Amino acid sequence: MMASSYNAKDEDGHHSGSVSHGGAGTAKSKKPDNTAFKQQRLPAWQPILTAGTVLPAFFVIGLIFIPIGIGLYVTSNNIKEFEIDYTGVNVDSPCYTCANNFSWNSTTSCSCTVNFTLEQPFENNVYMYYGLSNFYQNHRRYVKSRDDRQLNGDATALKDPSNDCEPYRKIGVETIAPCGAIANSLFNDSLELYYVEPSGALNAVPLAKKGIAWWTDRNVKFRNPAGVDLPTAFKGTAKPVNWRKPVYELDPSDPDNNGFINEDFIVWMRTAALPTFRKLYRIIHKNQSSTSTLPSGRYVLNITYNYPVLSFDGRKRMILSTISWMGGKNPFLGIAYITVGSICFFLGVVLLIIHHKYDTRSNSADIPN
Amino acid sequence: MSAVSKRVSITTCLALSPAYCPICTGEENPNRHYVNNKIKTTKYTLLSFLPKNLFEQFHRFANVYFVFIALLNFVPVVNAFQPELALAPVVFILSVTAIKDLWEDYRRHRSDKEINHMDCLVYSRLEKRYMEKYWKEVRVGDFIRLRCNEILPADVLLLSSSDPDRLCHIETATLDGETNLKQRQVVRSFYDLDCEFDPLKYNSIIECEKPNNDLNRFRGYIIHRSGRRDALSKDNLLLRGCTIRNTEEAVGIVIYAGHETKAMLNNNGPRYKRSKLERQMNVDVFWCVIILLVMCLFTAVGHGLWMFQYGDKRPVFDVLSPDGRDLSPIMSAIYLFLTMIIVFQVLIPISLFVSIEIVKICQVYFIHQDLDLYDEETDSHLQCRALNITEDLGQMQYIFSDKTGTLTENKMVFRRCTVAGVEYSHDANARRIAMYQEMDSEEEECMSHGGTLPRRDSVTSYQSAHVVLRSHSTKSHRRTGSRAEAKRASILSKHTAFSSPMEKDVTPDPQLLDKVNECSSQMDFMRLHRQPMSQLTSDLADIIDFFIALTICNTVVVSSPNQPRHKVRMRFELKSPVKTIEDFIKRFTPSRLTSGSNSSSSSSLNRSSNRGCSSLLSSPSADSTLTKLNEEQFSGSLEHTFSAVPPSYDGKTSSNLEEGELRYEAESPDEAALVYAARAYKCSLVERLPDQVTVELPHLGKLNFELLHTLGFDSTRKRMSVVVRHPLTDQITVYTKGADSVIMDLIKPPDTGRKTLKKIVCRTQNYLNLYAADGLRTLCIARKVLSKEEYACWLQHHLQAETAIQGREELLFESALRLETNLHLLGATGIEDRLQDGVPETIASLRKAGLQIWVLTGDKQETAVNIAYACKLLDPEEEILTLNADSQEACALLLEESLHYIQAKFLCSSGDQTTNAFHSNFAPVETYPFSSSHISPFSVHRLGLVIDGRTLAYALDKSLEDKFLAVARSCRSVLCCRSTPLQKSMVVKLVRNKLKVMTLAIGDGANDVSMIQVADVGVGISGQEGMQAVMASDFALPRFRYLQKLLLVHGHWCYSRLANMILYFFYKNAMFVSLIFWYQFYCGFSGSAMVDQWYLIFFNLMFSAFPQLITGTLDKDVSAETLQRLPQLYMSGQNSEEYKPYMFWMNMIDAFYQSLACFFIPYFAYADSDVDLFTWGTPITTIALLTILVQLGIETKTWTWVNWLSIAFSVALFFTVALCYNASCPTCYSPSNPYWTMQKLLQDPLFYLLCTITPIAALLPRYFYRACQGTLFPNPVRVGRQLDKLPADTRRNILGLSRVTVGSPLRAEPPFLSLNKLSPESWNNKDQRSIAGSKTSQAKQAAASQTEEKGQISPPARMEKHFSDLFPLAPSELDALPYTKNDPPLPGTPQPPSAKDSECFRRTLQLSDQSVNVSTPLVSQTDSIQLNLAPDRASECVRFRRSSETGLRPDGTVQPACRTAQQEEQSLHTAL
Repeated sequence: MMASSYNAKDEDGHHSGSVSHGGAGTAKSKKPDNTAFKQQRLPAWQPILTAGTVLPAFFVIGLIFIPIGIGLYVTSNNIKEFEIDYTGVNVDSPCYTCANNFSWNSTTSCSCTVNFTLEQPFENNVYMYYGLSNFYQNHRRYVKSRDDRQLNGDATALKDPSNDCEPYRKIGVETIAPCGAIANSLFNDSLELYYVEPSGALNAVPLAKKGIAWWTDRNVKFRNPAGVDLPTAFKGTAKPVNWRKPVYELDPSDPDNNGFINEDFIVWMRTAALPTFRKLYRIIHKNQSSTSTLPSGRYVLNITYNYPVLSFDGRKRMILSTISWMGGKNPFLGIAYITVGSICFFLGVVLLIIHHKYDTRSNSADIPN
Repeated sequence: MSAVSKRVSITTCLALSPAYCPICTGEENPNRHYVNNKIKTTKYTLLSFLPKNLFEQFHRFANVYFVFIALLNFVPVVNAFQPELALAPVVFILSVTAIKDLWEDYRRHRSDKEINHMDCLVYSRLEKRYMEKYWKEVRVGDFIRLRCNEILPADVLLLSSSDPDRLCHIETATLDGETNLKQRQVVRSFYDLDCEFDPLKYNSIIECEKPNNDLNRFRGYIIHRSGRRDALSKDNLLLRGCTIRNTEEAVGIVIYAGHETKAMLNNNGPRYKRSKLERQMNVDVFWCVIILLVMCLFTAVGHGLWMFQYGDKRPVFDVLSPDGRDLSPIMSAIYLFLTMIIVFQVLIPISLFVSIEIVKICQVYFIHQDLDLYDEETDSHLQCRALNITEDLGQMQYIFSDKTGTLTENKMVFRRCTVAGVEYSHDANARRIAMYQEMDSEEEECMSHGGTLPRRDSVTSYQSAHVVLRSHSTKSHRRTGSRAEAKRASILSKHTAFSSPMEKDVTPDPQLLDKVNECSSQMDFMRLHRQPMSQLTSDLADIIDFFIALTICNTVVVSSPNQPRHKVRMRFELKSPVKTIEDFIKRFTPSRLTSGSNSSSSSSLNRSSNRGCSSLLSSPSADSTLTKLNEEQFSGSLEHTFSAVPPSYDGKTSSNLEEGELRYEAESPDEAALVYAARAYKCSLVERLPDQVTVELPHLGKLNFELLHTLGFDSTRKRMSVVVRHPLTDQITVYTKGADSVIMDLIKPPDTGRKTLKKIVCRTQNYLNLYAADGLRTLCIARKVLSKEEYACWLQHHLQAETAIQGREELLFESALRLETNLHLLGATGIEDRLQDGVPETIASLRKAGLQIWVLTGDKQETAVNIAYACKLLDPEEEILTLNADSQEACALLLEESLHYIQAKFLCSSGDQTTNAFHSNFAPVETYPFSSSHISPFSVHRLGLVIDGRTLAYALDKSLEDKFLAVARSCRSVLCCRSTPLQKSMVVKLVRNKLKVMTLAIGDGANDVSMIQVADVGVGISGQEGMQAVMASDFALPRFRYLQKLLLVHGHWCYSRLANMILYFFYKNAMFVSLIFWYQFYCGFSGSAMVDQWYLIFFNLMFSAFPQLITGTLDKDVSAETLQRLPQLYMSGQNSEEYKPYMFWMNMIDAFYQSLACFFIPYFAYADSDVDLFTWGTPITTIALLTILVQLGIETKTWTWVNWLSIAFSVALFFTVALCYNASCPTCYSPSNPYWTMQKLLQDPLFYLLCTITPIAALLPRYFYRACQGTLFPNPVRVGRQLDKLPADTRRNILGLSRVTVGSPLRAEPPFLSLNKLSPESWNNKDQRSIAGSKTSQAKQAAASQTEEKGQISPPARMEKHFSDLFPLAPSELDALPYTKNDPPLPGTPQPPSAKDSECFRRTLQLSDQSVNVSTPLVSQTDSIQLNLAPDRASECVRFRRSSETGLRPDGTVQPACRTAQQEEQSLHTAL
């Protein structure tokens, strides 16, 4: 890499003084110790940054990064992803009426159906996300508006959650469970996917509800409060303002998926980093049979439209995606590696020119004889 | 005298015995209201520690700021972090400082306790005896009995002493470092007590001045019952901390106790200075605050707008404030502004101040530990007394040095003398001194073998054996051969100040010795035959008087080494008094010195009056003395009075016995040298009492000189005198010793017809000039015989002066002036003050480092100039500009003309520049980059300026100071002679303030203190002249030559380390904070942070703290060896090249770029994914940390294992903390609650991919820039580093080459040192004119130049070329490094002028071939320019003389530089 030499300075010349007289000086002397450390003579590597010494580094970086970048790019390209926006902004979009008529106060839900076609079959496990745009889940006051101890099943916190939850802490005398703005704004659209058989029959695609949250979240961070059953455990608490049903009835189909350990809830509670984000909604597990998980063809997405986003100019999407070892589809990293590698290579060439033009003399000084 | 009015009355109604003073009955001590002797130097008590320490810490603005920020967190609407957590860093910083303070305070407390519990004997009035008490129980007014070798517990007025002379000797080493003994006298009124002092009988009141810190002043009265008042002076006061020596017992009364003692009042802890770097840093901290405010404002406005766009439709994620109120956009913007200040607080580096302190302490530690700065001889190493200006050492531009004791050893060696106009060259003595020098160097060679020295018997004098024997101890004493030996030698010499054998063993000049012998035998003969002494030829009388003067005209104390600190008592009992003059003895020698049986009341009267004369103490009655004098006149018939031994006494054996046994302790080394010199001529000082001096002369035996007065030395009179009664002639004789310039003026104008006398004076002056030319310190010895009437007349005035209350000093001064007139010149001495080791080399290399060295000395011009030549301050090559003026106008004119002269030289050299362009590579020696100063750059020429004190006084006048500076700064070296301490400090102040440069003052004596205090950095030499300079200094060095390593190596390192560290700090914080700033664009400017608050707060404090501390402490850009061999590298510090204002902004821009990279690469990598806030933020933190560390790696120049370890530790610490933190608690750490985040990330390949690419992408520009900079614009430092990388022997060859060339007088520069960037000369004509105040269109064209001449390059340069061919890495190769090409000679680029400029000079200026006042013979081949100005013809008589004459030759045949003849010349040329 860089021209270097371990430069252990000759120490022979220095310790003649102290060693020879060490015995004689029984009297306390203020003479400093002659050690490499105290005399600042520690052996050291002294790289000098010049075009000549640095350019190998640039070439090496270039040569390593470009292949990695290509590999990443290819991997990312192999990932299949399908995305559909069902917000209903346009008049012709199926959910237009739902989007415009719905508000948090609505008591009845609105449904709409979106048809789409997958050009290519999706192999392996397919992950179904919902995506929100312009939703600032990372807002400072929003992020704070939760009580982790309550979510962890702490009995006292259930009755008396942290002040961070304000103003979603109590309704009258009853505490809200789960409290806070994050829980209050839980995404509550439900999506159902049907494969349209060539025959025209609708074949429901099995969507797994479990396994979408971090294992540690579901098993460590989130716990239901102790109690004979959930309703008694949550007795004396109120549901969040925007919710239709209490927390222990989130998943009517699976009693284990209720309360604070409801995985949709857990996923939502992990606040997104950026205003445009997606969250894992369901997993479509790979078929045992040889057919693709999602064969190409027409699909129908049934949406129970509960979540208003138009007020803040938000968008809602449904995303189907396979994943690779490096996560979802994102060509950026591959491109970045290729770019940085190329820049390094280019700079290496520049340095080579500089080196040849200007650096020869000082280089010759580096290598005497 | 204002002090008189300030007197506080210590109404020591002390212990009036109960019968007389009923009020005091039963009371231990009536002075209870004064402070007790308990000292408490601690700042805090247990209770007051916390509030007081906090209060002190809050004096630092930064601390207040950080506490304010932390407290802001507790306001609910703004709180960004968990309030408790936000307090953590502040508490941490405060507690670190508090612990440090506590520890220091505890140490103080311990030492206080130890001191307070020391024992002393205090008189108890109840028990009526002395009792042991603790020091802290001592009170004002207590009587204390002190025994030998006891330390004084308080300031004590001496009331009684066991010493028969009523003296008490003290050693003040702990106070001022002076190891010689000082005499203190019992208060006059208690002088006569023959019995032991009885405290019960004491009933006087003492009134004295308020406690003050002036060690050399004490005034007061003692008022006795009888109403009589006696004055008290510092001679009566024993100061706390001193040690009683030589005195078995003394009793005193406590005057000041505890914190009111002078020792405590002088004890004012370490000084606080702010370094230049820190000042610069503070500016940038201020910029950081501005950046912070701008960022906060931007975010606040952004937030307001973001809120505004939603209007009334409140989105679900915009949470209401806790109290449920809906905030208006404006209000939330305001709140957010405060929040952001908290979030971005890291931008103002909280740990910067602490880190800087830590690094400085480490730097100081390493400087302390440096073996090269350790002086084996004195077992002392460098002391850093100011802890916080280490980096200033690397930025010095001007050095102001004292000469004596700083450049020279201040070991005065008698070298030669002239008596009665005859010179005694003391050749053997010269050989002897040379031998010591040889031995020094020889010993260095054989030091490693540890062998003994070859015996050298080359000394021909009869003392040779003696000398050689001595030389062994000298060798070990002076050199660092072996520590044990050095120790032994130092123990041997411990009891005598200023007396290394070299100084003691003077080899007498045989001729002079013969004369002394002859003379004394004649006198002996005459004495035997009762002939009047006046029959002695005047020559011989002068000789014997000369030696008597050397012996007695001083304040030397005699002691014997066998019983250290014990005075040798020559009792009269030992001798058999001569019967015939017994009567006289009774009358004129103090009775107590006689056998005691015959003491009578009349003698006691005489005694008291004698005493009155003998000291500066007031005498109770002038009348009695006068009466006595009248008496004397009657008894004047007693002609031949001898107090000495009868002729049968074998003086010789006795003198042999005593030879080498007596030790002399002098206040100044000059005096000791003279006494030793006299001893070599068998004229030895045997005893000194306050009123009597005993001298032993060959053949004559011991003579007692009655000491009537001592008129001490002062710097205004520049002389001292003693008034004695000569025992042989019984005349009242005044012996005066002083600087030749003053003495010569006081010599009695020769009577008409006495040509011989005039001749003697002329000759002596001639020799004096010669001595001075040899660099010797010259002193003139003169005598004056007073008639009784004259004496009586003078005495009357003098006694009045002594007893005066108001203005006593002035009156005494005038009185002394009256006495010291019409002197008879006896002779002159030349004392050699040897240069310290390595001074010329040090000065040469400091100068090459671009430092301007000015020498400010009190010495006379000739001596100073010659020392300056000897230490290579002035170069024989240089032209010397001497400014001597008699009046303000003359001075103004001189300065004007000098300026013209300098400009004229510019003009000429600029004409030659094209032809000399070729030389530009060789010539940048003297260009001094003034880029940092604001005044137009003057380049420095090969020109020396010599100015004397009087002219300096004029030049420092407001009206002339600019001109003076303009002249001085264009000279390569400046020498100010005859300057007073005040002038020294004024010069430093002037240069510092006007030129805006960094100044360093170095000195060793009390006269340098003011200069040391004024300079940016004050350096004290812990040498022979006591500790005052050290006490005032920031750094104390054992030797001058250590300055080289201190500045060139440690200064450079400290500066470059700290500068880089500070810049790095700014970079680091800006980089980290802007990550959060960018995030605000993606979180609705809500003040949210993706970095966990713990990381955010501890990032600076823990994760990234250690490597930078290590680098700040240990990084070496260039090795010590190279730095010392290539002093030019020091210029990088002078020009602040490591930390220029633009670098701050460059760093800021780089920080912004890097943070953009570190933010957006993860941003795009995770865009539109299901990543959550902290799973996204943690990689960013990691990436930022890695980037910051690698950035430090790029900036680190030396990688030792410590660096590797610290970086590895930082990374490991981060991951360990992160993993532990993320696993510790699933419900805590709201709001981030990062449970298992790091663990999850570590399983994610994306994390590693990000951590690889992001730091590389972020650091690519800087790395590339550094590489290009290294190749395209290498600075000298980089070249130095390249040298370091060469194998050791090759490097040594190259550096050795430079040493070869350093030695050669013509080419001071090894060629590859043309690496110095040629500073582009930006001549600002306007400025220049305003400074110069001169007309001249010449000035406009004036180009920088130097007077190096074409022809000079020849032989050594060729030799060098030859060398360069020998070594493959020839300097010539380096020489041709590209940047010299890049710097085409600018119009203003300094060019080496050719011989033509002297041509031109000739044209411009009037030429004269002879000059009376050539400065030195050493410079005979030199161009010396004398600016001579006659005040009476000031308008037209300014002449520049180009004197190429030979000057004075030793044989004395040349120029009759006779004083009187000269005076006529002087009226023409006013050479002073």
